Amino acid sequence: MGALADNKPRMIDLDPSQVPLAQIDVSQAELYENDAHWPFFARLRAEAPVHYCADSTFGPYWSVTRFNDIVEVEKNHEIFSSEPNILLSDQPEDFELQSFIAMDPPRHERERGAVQGVVAPMNLKALEPVIRERVQLILDDLPLGETFDWVDRVSIELTTQMLATLFDFPFEDRRKLTHWSDIAIATPELTGSFKITEEQRRIELGECIETFAALWQERADRPPTNDLISMLAHAEGTRDLITRPMDFLGTLILLIVGGNDTTRNSISGGVVALNQFPAEYEKLRDNPSLIPNMVSEMIRWQTPIVHMRRRATRDTELGGQRIGKDEKVVMWYISGNRDAEVIRDPNNLIIDREGARHHLSFGFGIHRCMGNRVAEMQLRLTWEEIMRRFRYVELVGKPVRLCSNFIRGYSELPVRLHPLN
Amino acid sequence: MTQILFIEHDGSEHAVEAENGLSLMQAAVNNGVPGIDADCGGECSCATCHIIVAEEWYDKVGEPSTSEGSMLELTPERAPTSRLACQIEIRGELDGLVARLPEFQM
Repeated sequence: MGALADNKPRMIDLDPSQVPLAQIDVSQAELYENDAHWPFFARLRAEAPVHYCADSTFGPYWSVTRFNDIVEVEKNHEIFSSEPNILLSDQPEDFELQSFIAMDPPRHERERGAVQGVVAPMNLKALEPVIRERVQLILDDLPLGETFDWVDRVSIELTTQMLATLFDFPFEDRRKLTHWSDIAIATPELTGSFKITEEQRRIELGECIETFAALWQERADRPPTNDLISMLAHAEGTRDLITRPMDFLGTLILLIVGGNDTTRNSISGGVVALNQFPAEYEKLRDNPSLIPNMVSEMIRWQTPIVHMRRRATRDTELGGQRIGKDEKVVMWYISGNRDAEVIRDPNNLIIDREGARHHLSFGFGIHRCMGNRVAEMQLRLTWEEIMRRFRYVELVGKPVRLCSNFIRGYSELPVRLHPLN
Repeated sequence: MTQILFIEHDGSEHAVEAENGLSLMQAAVNNGVPGIDADCGGECSCATCHIIVAEEWYDKVGEPSTSEGSMLELTPERAPTSRLACQIEIRGELDGLVARLPEFQM
């Protein structure tokens, strides 16, 4: 694993304190696979908080690594456009997915507005008992005292069930959603991942589009219901989406990835974090009412979305650096969330942290995560139910991390459960 | 000091004495008014300090800026007198202001 797609110097072989600043390239996915990115970002925040990388697999780009500079970029969407893509990479020209996360106003508002209602907090109240019951079923089914993979049995299962519910997707086929979510952005060209080739990706996504087109037809022919596909098929801003395959697929992938990889990896990350900070785990056992605050802290600590990219629409200045029109500007949430200027002891998980909600994991500005409250609710319910059943979710082996510069997560987490008594 | 009345969605009232020059969001947070999350800390970029200004006060409070308006777009409970509390500076003429909280923040 981990060979680069080209012959660039490999960051994981270099000493982060010695490498010349100009050579630092934090876009290399194997940094994240090896959890080796931290010292590079610490160095950039201290010495070159707005940093230019002239040569990478994804072309030249600016890195923004401090919390407040990232907020500045998020706020100024007229200068820092989300078009054409929010990944550091560019999409292949003959297969360019379109979705509202990578659109500027006013199109962004029109398309986002069509679907944001499904995850609006008021709808979540109705969903809460359903999700709690599913969490209970999943947890009750887990073996005690033997090693199993938390990612597969809990993190994936939970988020996939949730997503199937939001889409009203055939429940028994729900792992297809996980699969599409995993492969949609898992090519070397897109995120440095080696999970799939571009050719395979297109074949698999072809199946995704066919499946959803059938569901769409069925929902479009019926009166509107309260699921994502029906909402898209009936809303004025999106009802013709199906006539534009790349927009159709792009929007689906956005909703699938957005509702899947993020929460999944925060559920896994929470287990990793509590094992790494046993005193915090003890605090949680003593006081489970800390769970809502802990959830925000886990989302910060994990930072499941590593970066988002913008494009400068004109020459501008940021953190004392001149950024040219059309240059790529990458906001490294993973770094901003560890900025000690804004967050005290940022590398530590502190479950009763004051101001825990003040983190970058959901982004800020008009593209702020639409599903943030669903994510928080799923994590809260999960931890509430875990604490009612298990004294200790013990990590018994090394987590296997994803090779991606976009999703910070885990493909495997060997754990063993210890019962309450 | 200026008096502000926050009314939660369930009708609970919180009368707050606030210092002029602070934002309405800060006044709410400092006084522990529930339902104002203010995740971004006052940067007009998260829409979690959404309030609905009582109609009779709206003229004095004024219209949202363009950027505030685009953040308000994200909240499903947006009303004609919706504002973000972090963008309203407390001043003497707002003495007695009534601000209602939505059921949920975005």
